[in-house]
Amino acid sequence: MAAPLTFQIQLTLTELLGRRARSAAELRDGIRSVPRSSIYYHTHRYLLQHVRESPEPPNDFAYWTTNSLGQHQLGESLASVNTVDFLGLEELRDRFVSILEAQPSSNDGVCVLSPEGLEFHFLACRIFVVPAGLTVCSLPEFRDALTRIPAESLYYHMFVPRFLGAGAPDDFSRWFAAQGRTDVAAALTKLDPYAMTVEGLRRKILDILDQHA
Amino acid sequence: MPKLQEYLPIIGESRLDQLFKIARPLEGRIVQNINSTAVGGGVAEILTRMIPLFRELGIDARWDVIRGNERFFAITKAMHNGLHGVPVELSASDFEFFVETGRANIEHVRPWGDIVFLHDPQPIALVEERGSDGRHWIWRCHIDFTAPQADIWEFLQGYIRRFDAAVFSAPAFSRPLPIRQVLIAPSIDPLSDKNRDLTESEISAVCNRFGLDRTRPIVSQISRFDFLKDPVGVIKAYKMAKKHVDCQLVLAGGGATDDPEGQKVLDEVRREAEGDSDIFVLFLPPASDLAINALQRASSVVLQKSLREGFGLTVAEALWKARPVIASAVGGIPLQITHKYSGILTHSIEGTAFWIKQLLNEPAYAAVLGQNGREHVRQNFLITRHIKDYILLFLSLERPGDVIEL
Repeated sequence: MAAPLTFQIQLTLTELLGRRARSAAELRDGIRSVPRSSIYYHTHRYLLQHVRESPEPPNDFAYWTTNSLGQHQLGESLASVNTVDFLGLEELRDRFVSILEAQPSSNDGVCVLSPEGLEFHFLACRIFVVPAGLTVCSLPEFRDALTRIPAESLYYHMFVPRFLGAGAPDDFSRWFAAQGRTDVAAALTKLDPYAMTVEGLRRKILDILDQHA
Repeated sequence: MPKLQEYLPIIGESRLDQLFKIARPLEGRIVQNINSTAVGGGVAEILTRMIPLFRELGIDARWDVIRGNERFFAITKAMHNGLHGVPVELSASDFEFFVETGRANIEHVRPWGDIVFLHDPQPIALVEERGSDGRHWIWRCHIDFTAPQADIWEFLQGYIRRFDAAVFSAPAFSRPLPIRQVLIAPSIDPLSDKNRDLTESEISAVCNRFGLDRTRPIVSQISRFDFLKDPVGVIKAYKMAKKHVDCQLVLAGGGATDDPEGQKVLDEVRREAEGDSDIFVLFLPPASDLAINALQRASSVVLQKSLREGFGLTVAEALWKARPVIASAVGGIPLQITHKYSGILTHSIEGTAFWIKQLLNEPAYAAVLGQNGREHVRQNFLITRHIKDYILLFLSLERPGDVIEL
């Protein structure tokens, strides 16, 4: 019998790094050197800030490049980075850097700068993990808990393992695999949680559980 | 003051429960808040509401106010304007006087909390008292720091470096510093007299008291009388819009005890409003929260045409009342309003006039903006979220690492 699953909640404190970028080259240099938690913040923050609304473009780098620099092609390249394909933040960082490196540093000899006031500000975060007060041992118990846990708890188990470098995309698939429910684990692993809202993700997981009940 | 349990219908059980869980490791800790005014302005207002809630969570929050004379507050007001990017002249003697006043206050406001939490530049020199006694020191900046005047920034930086952490309200306020910097947006209290639900009769009573006609649209800006809030620009925008849509304008606000410029601004506003009986300039005494609430709720459109802004909490107040808001894209206002989704962001008097006309002519669209704005405030700008962020900051002072398990 595998260990029970104890639900946790994630809370975030946002930190300012005092560093800003005005061009794609400065963005690239910043991405290269900021702490890992900054890469995590800029690729995940929108998920919790828009729990029920449609997600914004999937990372801050793409959003800024498109809307502040007006470099739509580069913005699209950055937006197309599939975060779900990366199991670690360093690999994710390298991918953004390589896209930015492939871009010419100037456009017809003119370096594109963001207008004043629309610079990119590098932020980072500290994550606090708090017990949600729920522990489950079976699929029916899990299903019941999933309908009751707050968005911050669902978020923690689906996204934070990537930040911790836990070697698995999410806690739930790992737990179901340990329970011997590889069918559920495989179905969960197929999900792209970055392509929906947290509440949409909750509904998808409930559907999977119902299909494999 | 309301109890935490009274926030349950607004924020839900889970968020309320989280507050008690994260506060537990800090039980009994003394958090000593220090600022420069007990009444008037956003800092005093939020501390008044927050202190009892911290105590209910088991954190021993205290609040001390430094003393200063007229010259000190004239200097700090100039400093405030300079940090907002308005050119001001401060002499070496002014800076020296500022420091001397800070030192004199050490006798009056001795820093003794486990966490000494200073708000804005006025009390910052108290950090000279910092020793190696293990107390943590935090500096909370409530001001727009986007383009601070160089000499004032240089002067303050020498003090800011001595804190454990600095807290800013918006990313653009952050600067290269050798200490931790944390982003914490301010908040409003949905249960305060300024923001709680009102009955129609309460709203009408206030409007009648001021002679407002509720059968005609009301456009308002409810904000301290301060040049940086651009009340004269508001009147100009109203006059442009009024050529095409019928409306009344309410400019209402008070003054803080540490703001010597208020009367001068008020006089200028009254001159600009002369001859138009549809402009209501209301100088409100400190205990006018209910009147402010009613005036915002009675408004068809609420303006916040600031030239510079710390965070602009009056925007969150109006959004919480589901009012359509037209505001300048300065300071923390763009964090509260997504243009054309939860309000309107403008950059000029002409732009403000254009959107006044649009929203008065399209009330259904204006109502959608207001509803979206209210939900955004519920998720991000209520006092309970603010308390949560402060608690996380306090916890992080004692617990290193990117991931902290409680």
